Amino acid sequence: MVDHGAALLLLADGRFPAGGYAHSGGLEPTIAAGRVHDLATLEAFLQGRALTAGAVAAGFAAAACGTLSDEDGKRFIALDAELDARMPSPAQRTTSRQLGRQLLRAVGAIRPDPRLEHVGARPHQPIGLGAAVAVFGLGRRDAAWVALHESVAGPAAAAVRLLSLDPFSTHAALARLGPLLDELAGSAVAASHGELDDLPAGGAPLLDIAAEDHAVRHTRLFAS
Amino acid sequence: MSNEQSPAPAQRRALRLGVAGPVGTGKSSLIATVCRNLADELSLGVITNDIYTDEDARFLRSAGVLPGERIRAVETGACPHTAIRDDITMNLLAVEDLERDFAPLDVVLVESGGDNLTATFSPGLVDAQIFVLDVAGGGDVARKGGPGIARADLLVINKTDLGPHVDVDVGRMVADAATARNGAPVLALSRKDEDSVEKLCAWVRWINREHRHGRHLPTDPGPMAPHFHASGEADELFHTHDETR
Amino acid sequence: MTVDEISVGSPAASADGGRPVPQQVSGMRAQARVATELRTSPGGRQRSCVSTLRSQAPLALRLTRAKAREPWAAHAADIARVSLAAGAGGPVGGDQLILRVEVGPGSSLVLSEISPTLLLPGPRGERSATHVRIQVAAGATLIWLPEPIIAARGCDHVHNVVVDLDEGARLFMREELLLGRHGEETGRVTQRVSVRHGGRPLYRQDIGIGTAGADTPAVIGHHRAVGSALIVDPSWLSDPPSARALPGDAALLPLSGPAALITASAGDNLELRAQLHAGLTALGPPWDPGR
Repeated sequence: MVDHGAALLLLADGRFPAGGYAHSGGLEPTIAAGRVHDLATLEAFLQGRALTAGAVAAGFAAAACGTLSDEDGKRFIALDAELDARMPSPAQRTTSRQLGRQLLRAVGAIRPDPRLEHVGARPHQPIGLGAAVAVFGLGRRDAAWVALHESVAGPAAAAVRLLSLDPFSTHAALARLGPLLDELAGSAVAASHGELDDLPAGGAPLLDIAAEDHAVRHTRLFAS
Repeated sequence: MSNEQSPAPAQRRALRLGVAGPVGTGKSSLIATVCRNLADELSLGVITNDIYTDEDARFLRSAGVLPGERIRAVETGACPHTAIRDDITMNLLAVEDLERDFAPLDVVLVESGGDNLTATFSPGLVDAQIFVLDVAGGGDVARKGGPGIARADLLVINKTDLGPHVDVDVGRMVADAATARNGAPVLALSRKDEDSVEKLCAWVRWINREHRHGRHLPTDPGPMAPHFHASGEADELFHTHDETR
Repeated sequence: MTVDEISVGSPAASADGGRPVPQQVSGMRAQARVATELRTSPGGRQRSCVSTLRSQAPLALRLTRAKAREPWAAHAADIARVSLAAGAGGPVGGDQLILRVEVGPGSSLVLSEISPTLLLPGPRGERSATHVRIQVAAGATLIWLPEPIIAARGCDHVHNVVVDLDEGARLFMREELLLGRHGEETGRVTQRVSVRHGGRPLYRQDIGIGTAGADTPAVIGHHRAVGSALIVDPSWLSDPPSARALPGDAALLPLSGPAALITASAGDNLELRAQLHAGLTALGPPWDPGR
């Protein structure tokens, strides 16, 4: 496989202009509920998020990455329905599609590719991400890595603003999660070659509940 | 540049007009004033950028200056400057959606979240921008300069009626600003001063005309791109500031 | 399909959940099946009747009567009622149980359970598994009211539920997992639920307890009980319920489709039941069973 490390870093960079910075991945309402309040509870939150939402996103990003070369968008439609079924929270579905749409808008300007039209106008973020990764010539594992990295790096960045934590300690937590993310990326790639029903489906009830609490909160720092 | 990505050629789509400036200087109020006075002659839309809530969008809707559906809020996640400069995707989509839903629009006003003196709009998001200061923020702010103060298409010094109450010499402040801007337009504004409101509207009409006829070249006030302000006509709108003294 | 077509105890594949089951070295294998159909009496009256009722120890299925006010069924008549009794304790590690439920066109079934399920470790740490395979035809209704599953210390269990709903089918399905008996460290359970509606995925969720990440603030935290109620109502195609937070750590979540999930995490089963009940109250009749 061709080495595309530079493109991978570009897509995984938190400064990639697709609007992700406005989201905390459920951390803000989790802090509001008192469940995360220090580094230890933050690290547990990030671990739980990687193992559920992160693993699901990675599986779908990897599957979508392997789908872009298909003739039409039929498999994207099937992936979209499968991911909908894995997101019981309507607030999370809305956020995911908003982020997916933003990502496609950005990638369409940065690296236009007619195949992106197969993805649909409002894809879930992991599906848009998988397609974007493929457009940049990257593979399924790269898609899974970016999805898993985002699943924890976004909330970790938000944590610095929401808690009295310094950025070194949050990045130390991210560093400790590295081996887990690598392992989950491998599982995601394997699952992406199998049946759609067997794509990762790890649920996180507290994240689902937090997302709905946050959606009706009048005063908030992050959009989700 | 995002203009190359836009669905329509620059002169066919709406003028995207940014309104930036520190917290509390009256950006929402300025937009309300523009809408109140120009909604009958121009088709307008508004995007607000809020930090904690959709407060600004609510304010504008409740002001009743535009139909509520033409005012939309973008949540910027504690990063108001990022949303208008480094990562404009959210705002760009909001602007494009508004233009599509209410086509043809003449002007989309994009209000930044209140930020510091360095925040300016990306030229990929807006065609022109207004930077808003107010006299209550201190008479020396204009002299301190910064990209928005020095190089926005229009600098507004707002709430001039408050000058005597906060010990600010408005005339002096306007003169300092004019110096910092090398003569580029400065408008002393008070919503209680009808003449100043009319000047604001005249400027919006003028910049919209320039844009419509393809004569307006979006220029970036950002710190890395100081530029020469070439327009003579705009300056003529503001050749004296005496009446605010 | 008959129950004989299900291969029991095959190391290669589960009944039909699609996921391989680990090699079994010991334990009980049992399967039970219930099917209903709508019959018309000579007088022209239609009744839901149990057409198949097959038990195998320790899974015993019996005709029963309503034991409490039930969601939806409290407001309807002519419903078949069947109760599941697990004759022995367990499942114990190594056991493999299969339950198949088929609700025929237009018929209604309330399937309840006599007592909670206590999952126990096997003598050699083997995994136990329960496979539930449900089919609900058009115009049919299944109200499935299992009692809680209690994960005793050391257990290792897979609970696999596959539901196929024809369009126009109605479903209530409750799932409650308790993390150990009182004061006990939890064993390990992976609950895999896959619900398809008209052939399309409607709800697909794996919930683990005692598994990696389960006790984190993102998943179930330090709660001792986690559960949900999934409700599918064809009338929601045009008039879906709206999302809302419920008291405690619970929420009512409309799915993408004519369905809603009440999800809840609680300190104990009593609180969990109350939260699920609050969700049904929020939905109103016919899903609110009343008191």
